[in-house]
Amino acid sequence: MSKDVLSLLTGEVLEDSVELTLADLCRACRVPADRVIEIVEEGIVEPLGGDPAHWRFHGVSLRRVGCVLRLERDLGVNTAGAALALQLLDEIETLRTRLQRFND
Amino acid sequence: MEFKDYYEIMGVKRDATQDEIKRAYRKLARKYHPDVSKEPDAEARFKEVGEAYEVLKDPEKRTAYDQLGASWKDGQDFRPPPDWDQGFEFPGGGYTNVDAEQFSDFFESLFGRGGGAYSQGFGGRAQREYHARGEDTHAKVVIDLEDAFNGATRTITLKHSEMGADGRPHLKERTLNVRIPKGVRQGQHIRLAKQGGAGIGKGEHGDLYLEIEFRQHPFYHVEGLDVYLDLPVAPWEAALGASVKVPTPNGAVEMKIPANSSTGRKMRLKGKGIPGNPAGDFYVVIQVTLPPADTEAAKAAYRELEKAAPFNPRASLGV
Repeated sequence: MSKDVLSLLTGEVLEDSVELTLADLCRACRVPADRVIEIVEEGIVEPLGGDPAHWRFHGVSLRRVGCVLRLERDLGVNTAGAALALQLLDEIETLRTRLQRFND
Repeated sequence: MEFKDYYEIMGVKRDATQDEIKRAYRKLARKYHPDVSKEPDAEARFKEVGEAYEVLKDPEKRTAYDQLGASWKDGQDFRPPPDWDQGFEFPGGGYTNVDAEQFSDFFESLFGRGGGAYSQGFGGRAQREYHARGEDTHAKVVIDLEDAFNGATRTITLKHSEMGADGRPHLKERTLNVRIPKGVRQGQHIRLAKQGGAGIGKGEHGDLYLEIEFRQHPFYHVEGLDVYLDLPVAPWEAALGASVKVPTPNGAVEMKIPANSSTGRKMRLKGKGIPGNPAGDFYVVIQVTLPPADTEAAKAAYRELEKAAPFNPRASLGV
């Protein structure tokens, strides 16, 4: 009898089923709330709900905030610069996907 | 241990000014930043550049490094000469002041463990001593498009480094069996709670994020939730209309080609793309394909067509 049968791990799709509060997002990204608020003000992530206490963030915010923080730290850009980089990266990703179709 | 030529890594001359070094670093950091770069070895290159900069940006470390002499080549087998660093004073009490587990053995042999401020950056272990929860880790998993339609399980093998009893990181391998949920899309992430890096003390593990990547399919092409297929169609099918068989990831379907269709005409099968709420669409793009004129009968038929349906395909070009 085999002992090393692996148990099946079931995760959740970050982009579809994960929702975070401001506190969740701060904890996950290890930053104080005012940093996240600054990133929201830059329009990088758009929470639902009226005020910070009721904000609900889409799961993908976790990636976007993490990316902004890393770009700031590693490249010395400010939040607006990181926002621009993120927007251009999104566009490149879209174009790359479309291009792939013609490169087959 | 391999010698690391920090000047070569940074692409600067040995007599470069501190400003030149800083400029070179900024350029390389932008080029290889793992969030930005698509180069396959971006993360390794980024770390290497960070390590080189950690030494060259600091006049004391740089001078000490220069003492090793210019005759060493990158990758050459290296042992630090005894007392090589005598008489140098490094900031931060000891050699260094911050945790930098990611630096090479070469760096550690010269400057000790915990070599620099770089570890605040990507993949760094910044703040690890101050937080008990383990790091979140990331990996890619390549799946087939069909897996997104039907769901699947995938066995993946991940390498990670773990602190050994000797206080040094060791490379370990582990295998996970993961459920790929139906409806997952390219670039999405599956979060596996508590499968990331180990915590400190009683702290819990971090999470593991698996980024979904579709293996290139021989004929389907995916954009977000939508799936595209270039469908070859015979000229008479395109001209007269026809009912043809079309493959989809869910099995073949019958589809009507309207009369007078031409190449590029896009037809939508609503909701037949990647499943979900809402589901994506399946697009069929018509590609009129000519039968070869390789027999007398075929040639005659083309000549007949030319007579029967006079046609200038270049009319829109004004010629």
